Amino acid sequence: MESIGVLMLIPMNSYLEQELQRRYNLFKLWTAPQKPQFIKEHADSIRAVVGNAFAGADAELIEALPRLEIVSSFSVGVDKIDLAKCREKGIRVTYTPDVLTEDVADLAIGLMLAVLRRLCESDRYVRSGKWKKGDYKLTTKFTGKTVGIIGLGRIGMAIAKRAEAFNCPICYYSRTGKPDTEYKYYPSVLELASNCQILVVACSLTAETRHIVNREVMNALGPKGVLINIGRGPHIDEPELVSALVEGRLGGAGLDVYEHEPEVPEELFGLENVVLLPHVGTATVETRKAMADLVVGNLEAHFSNKPLLSPLV
Amino acid sequence: MDSITVLMTSPMSDYLETQLKDRFNLVKLWTYSSKTDFFKHNSHSIRAIVGNTKIGADAELIDSLPELEIVSSYSVGLDKIDLRKCQEKGIRVTNTPDVLTDDVADVAMGLMLAVARRVCECDRFVRRGLWPKGDFRLTNKFSGMQVGIVGLGRIGSAIAKRAEAFGCPISYYSRSEKPETNYKYFSNIIDLAVNCQILVVACALTEETHHIVNREVIDALGPEGILINIGRGSLIDEPELVSALLQGRLGGAGLDVFENEPEVPEQLFGLENVVLMPHVGSDTVETTDAMADLVIKNLEAHFLKKPLLTPVV
Repeated sequence: MESIGVLMLIPMNSYLEQELQRRYNLFKLWTAPQKPQFIKEHADSIRAVVGNAFAGADAELIEALPRLEIVSSFSVGVDKIDLAKCREKGIRVTYTPDVLTEDVADLAIGLMLAVLRRLCESDRYVRSGKWKKGDYKLTTKFTGKTVGIIGLGRIGMAIAKRAEAFNCPICYYSRTGKPDTEYKYYPSVLELASNCQILVVACSLTAETRHIVNREVMNALGPKGVLINIGRGPHIDEPELVSALVEGRLGGAGLDVYEHEPEVPEELFGLENVVLLPHVGTATVETRKAMADLVVGNLEAHFSNKPLLSPLV
Repeated sequence: MDSITVLMTSPMSDYLETQLKDRFNLVKLWTYSSKTDFFKHNSHSIRAIVGNTKIGADAELIDSLPELEIVSSYSVGLDKIDLRKCQEKGIRVTNTPDVLTDDVADVAMGLMLAVARRVCECDRFVRRGLWPKGDFRLTNKFSGMQVGIVGLGRIGSAIAKRAEAFGCPISYYSRSEKPETNYKYFSNIIDLAVNCQILVVACALTEETHHIVNREVIDALGPEGILINIGRGSLIDEPELVSALLQGRLGGAGLDVFENEPEVPEQLFGLENVVLMPHVGSDTVETTDAMADLVIKNLEAHFLKKPLLTPVV
């Protein structure tokens, strides 16, 4: 399959790069001094694009690749891919669901515990020698707090299952109710926020869910409420989040994603009621390998005319 | 009951102090500059001691208070109380089990997640502005890691219940097997350490369990293993722990307790595979109030000649 051209958009995983290089004619877009030129030069042979959470196949790129047949994303989030255009042109799209579900759910719980029990602040307290001068202050109990989940998909369900083991009552907002669960459904994010103590964003990013957590929702969550985002930065109105935290209208936040990664609002750096992670939800050795294998597996299936492993389009 | 004199050994809770002052004649040990001074004024009036994890009731104190009837500990751990002497002299002892179980189990889980996924390191990484220069490195998946628990009491069982929700197989070492659980029993701690990836110390500190986690156990856990201590510092041979971490013979550690609190070995401060907390396992507003209420209720029950709520002796 060496004559098949595959365009990788940004560095994402060296194991994936290796595996693609072995099988295909791999074009690494980030090495090109002039990207549009590079694309033009190789457009004739590029039949597949591999993107991720940070860079995907937008309309412009798709138009520039007349022989494009498949977009295989190294992510479960597909907000960087122009899905409508792919559908229009009959381009297949695959992603990496399931293999990363547990890692992201683990991190969501880790963020909840870290914010409520001030794990990172306590660790700083010890390392700075302050414990010798006095005890750290009291925090608030995690067990039993009501957890509200926006988006009860694979990741939302995995978060719910874990939180339940801490006796946390679970409620959720979803596009539709999920009758086969016993969790309490709220028909709007605002009602959900008013009725939970920890609000977790776990839905996919679409035009409808952009800024789904806005000022109103954060005010409803309140000065004792904690907001956790393991979805996409644009789910939350970031400037509003910053002012809510700085003004004390929101009790705390655990964030793995931001509107303009890797930029993180510096006003958050001085706050002790936030925990800030650099988009590491799926960043484990085990999961990245499984994601890479799924990307390669999907491409191989496509080019052998076999059924795709995890198609979205 | 304000003719009854109660001795509080150290500042532990403003709420508890107020409650004790309202009901009894409260004497605060830390307000005396010398022991002789203290004993001169109070030795014949004190009928109850309220102690904690810092100062309990040792033989010297018990022997110097001839009217002592009850020791009510603001803790579940009893290692600072001379239980044998209390038994000998017919002095009752109570502690605060159950009310703090969830909080301590939550911290154990928080430590596991924080070490495995480098939550505190990542937070530091973001706040130092390092993310724009490059991603944080990959960590290891937590879900599915084998968790070994030393001591399957209330807290050990609560940890097991939570870890199970992350798909973690549970094994344990305890003085006796617990056939009512499905967890795998190991009859000695070395075998437990060999067969798990995360070893959690959740047993009581007694003469037998002092340094139960020694060099041999640490080596058995190994360079990929993680040690979590939410019990008592002296359950682990601390100098051995430090050298194992510095030499890479142990993969990581999450510690809420230390041998000489609030002293923490400074060689640990530069390590990114440890998370250090200042003995905050039960330090939430909710739980400390519940612990204080239990101390008060036990004292009231004793002086009203009613059954104690949570007696140990």
